Amino acid sequence: MTLMDPGQLSAGVWDVVIAGGGNAALCAAIEAAETGAKVLILEGAPKVYRGGNSRHTRNFRCMHHGALGPLVDTYDEEEFWQDLLRVTKGETDETLARHAIRTSEQCLPWMQSHGVRFQPSLAGTLSLDRTNAFFLGGGKALVNAYYLTAEDLGVTVAYDAQVRHVAIADRRATHLDVELGGEIHTVRGRAFVLASGGFQSDLDWLARAWGPSARNFLIRGTPYNRGVVLRDMVDQGAMTVGDPTQCHAVAIDGRAPKFDGGIVTRLDCVPFSIVVNKHSQRFYDEGEDVWPKRYAIWGRLVAAQPDQVAYSIIDNRAIDLFMPSVYPPISADTIEGLAQKLGLSETALAGTVRAFNAACRPGNFHPQQLDGVATDGLDPPKTNWARPVSEPPFYAYSLRPGVTFTYLGLKVDKSARATGPDGPYDNIWSAGEMMAGSILGQGYLAGFGMTIGTVFGRIAGQEAAAHVA
Amino acid sequence: MSLDVTLQTDPGILSSDPVEEARRQIEICNACRYCEGFCSVFPAITRDKVFADGDITQLANLCHNCRGCYYACQYTAPHEFDLNLPRALAAARADSWERFAWPDGLARTFQTRGKALAAALVLGTALMFAAIAALPGGGTGFYAWLGHGALVAIFLPAFVLPLAVICVGLRRYWTEVGGLRVNWADLKCAAVSAGRLKNLSGGQGQGCNFEKEERFSDARRHMHQAVMYGFLLCFAATASGTVLHYVFDMQAPYGFWSAPKLLGVPGGILLSIGSAGMLMLRRKADPELGTPGRGSGERGFIWLLGFAGLSGLLLYAAQDSWLTGPLLALHLGGVLALFLLTPYSKMAHGFYRFAALVRDAQDQRTRGHV
Repeated sequence: MTLMDPGQLSAGVWDVVIAGGGNAALCAAIEAAETGAKVLILEGAPKVYRGGNSRHTRNFRCMHHGALGPLVDTYDEEEFWQDLLRVTKGETDETLARHAIRTSEQCLPWMQSHGVRFQPSLAGTLSLDRTNAFFLGGGKALVNAYYLTAEDLGVTVAYDAQVRHVAIADRRATHLDVELGGEIHTVRGRAFVLASGGFQSDLDWLARAWGPSARNFLIRGTPYNRGVVLRDMVDQGAMTVGDPTQCHAVAIDGRAPKFDGGIVTRLDCVPFSIVVNKHSQRFYDEGEDVWPKRYAIWGRLVAAQPDQVAYSIIDNRAIDLFMPSVYPPISADTIEGLAQKLGLSETALAGTVRAFNAACRPGNFHPQQLDGVATDGLDPPKTNWARPVSEPPFYAYSLRPGVTFTYLGLKVDKSARATGPDGPYDNIWSAGEMMAGSILGQGYLAGFGMTIGTVFGRIAGQEAAAHVA
Repeated sequence: MSLDVTLQTDPGILSSDPVEEARRQIEICNACRYCEGFCSVFPAITRDKVFADGDITQLANLCHNCRGCYYACQYTAPHEFDLNLPRALAAARADSWERFAWPDGLARTFQTRGKALAAALVLGTALMFAAIAALPGGGTGFYAWLGHGALVAIFLPAFVLPLAVICVGLRRYWTEVGGLRVNWADLKCAAVSAGRLKNLSGGQGQGCNFEKEERFSDARRHMHQAVMYGFLLCFAATASGTVLHYVFDMQAPYGFWSAPKLLGVPGGILLSIGSAGMLMLRRKADPELGTPGRGSGERGFIWLLGFAGLSGLLLYAAQDSWLTGPLLALHLGGVLALFLLTPYSKMAHGFYRFAALVRDAQDQRTRGHV
């Protein structure tokens, strides 16, 4: 049930108190409540924005042998592990990672039996129908289903309840200081699950970690992941994993909202375009590989450009080659006219386009595959889909880095238990993005965030409940 | 390979024009696609990258207002994109019915004002009282009150003329959405979808989100089935009476074990229960997800449907008593109002919805899934 009277927060001692209200927190709450424990969820966001970044997710990467739910064929442990190894370049913990991979198989039926519905792969994502199970209605539908299940199990949910401090004495958490309605409440509990995400929405922290240019980044997810609990734990000496300076950033439409733009701000035109910075200069091979394998590096590439902005420029022949973008393109009948609308130097942009067009060579252009149609003698080169930008009207989309998540997290063991300066805590577990850096130290694997959240959320809930039983 | 990107809107600029606003929201949905499994609208959206006015009209009429997409949407208010697709499509849908109905302005009056429907009922009833007073019949049963000839003289035009207006509207619709020549497979596909209310199933049979917010329920689907099949049974009862009269020369009143009664009694019961159910569900549903400014007309229409069903049952129950005359006037008045207002009330939605399902079947057949 939803908490109505803030006084109830500090009225007694809860069995399991959960900081956070996204996928991992909900999995933990459901597992704990099913053992009969008295569970409290502290969601920092208001009800309409509940669910953290889980609201923006769309699928769950899952190991399986034979058809499972919407998944076809087989995706075994080794293939999953190799996929993870490739994206993280070894920045992972093999024990934890394999544990997450193995457990994912039994999670899918558990998700279904707790209200989550799956659907066949979405249009345009057929390549994922073996590895990733898509949620019917997306992540917010999943979050809604879990809140309803938790409600039916008697879990209490407090919205707008922001955890300020975890009070720890002698490796044991005693209570949380929780801000609700402008007042600080003492929430006492016997076991605590910390699942309140990373710090990517705290721009000051991001700027301290990454550098001042981070203020120009857009945050793709919830504005409520400010890392308050993470910071508090770090300050108390909790062991961490993951590079504290790094975040996962992709290139998105520069006109996207500062926060919460989510999936619709993605832009898929880069491979069919030339990308220039504010000085109208190209800076990287736009055709290096297919877009699903390259969009993540373009966040960093654009972040390294002056003012953290870039422009992707195509001609009329390319406008129908990619998934629809939610922002209309900026268009003009000449390159000079386009430069004017973008606020770029007309002569510089015209020069860059002229040089690119001159370097293009004849070839068989194939938008759906690496076609090897490359430039000749150009630096940087464009190694695929290099077709002259020559047929008006010309179109442009602006690009900015969009941050998905941060890598810094709490160090946990296989039982999701967090570790303090003097060894494992007695009664603190962590799950979800808050500890994902243990497994995903670099890069990203689609749908794996939800795998980590579900696997370790459930474990944390089970362990916390066993602790108070 | 060209695309008319001038059709694209800025996702951040909300519009008060129903078609323009629906276009803005559909473009956001097409960039997201998380809702693809809920109903026919989302797969249809993915077949295009930009949307002309006719595309919006088609998508709007394909939407059954199940509301699943609203509760699953990460872009609803207070997000700056302010998505409310059920409402946006409902607005564009009502707008299209009002544009297609001839003559201009009449549909808007009855779609927006329940009082106008009530006035039509009163007028219809008064007309029937006057007819009964002026044209007493010579037969038995209710023909003793109003003769068969008088009934035909009133109801034949009251049935044919609105149907003609609906045909004009459907023709306008078909032109606007770019419909092709209709074949049997398309009609069958649409009939199966309408017959099962597939688009209120939530995609997997869990139902819709009409009255319980994010919880799924089949209540609206079942109540709508009661209304739809109840109405069709009542219509079949009348049609069977006509056949008995003209083909077999069997005159009313008919006994209980006759086609008109065996069809009409369950039809009337279903129509009455379904209408009451629909009204109750509406009280629980969030009006902000429904058609803006048409709530009064929609409620009035359901009341009118229920009134026609219930008064028909009462008329049968009161047979051979002095109440037959007044109840006959009330029932026929209700039916008359219902028929005459078909092109101008929510009744029109059945025709356009079916046309949209036929068009969607064509689109799936010719373009498939992208």
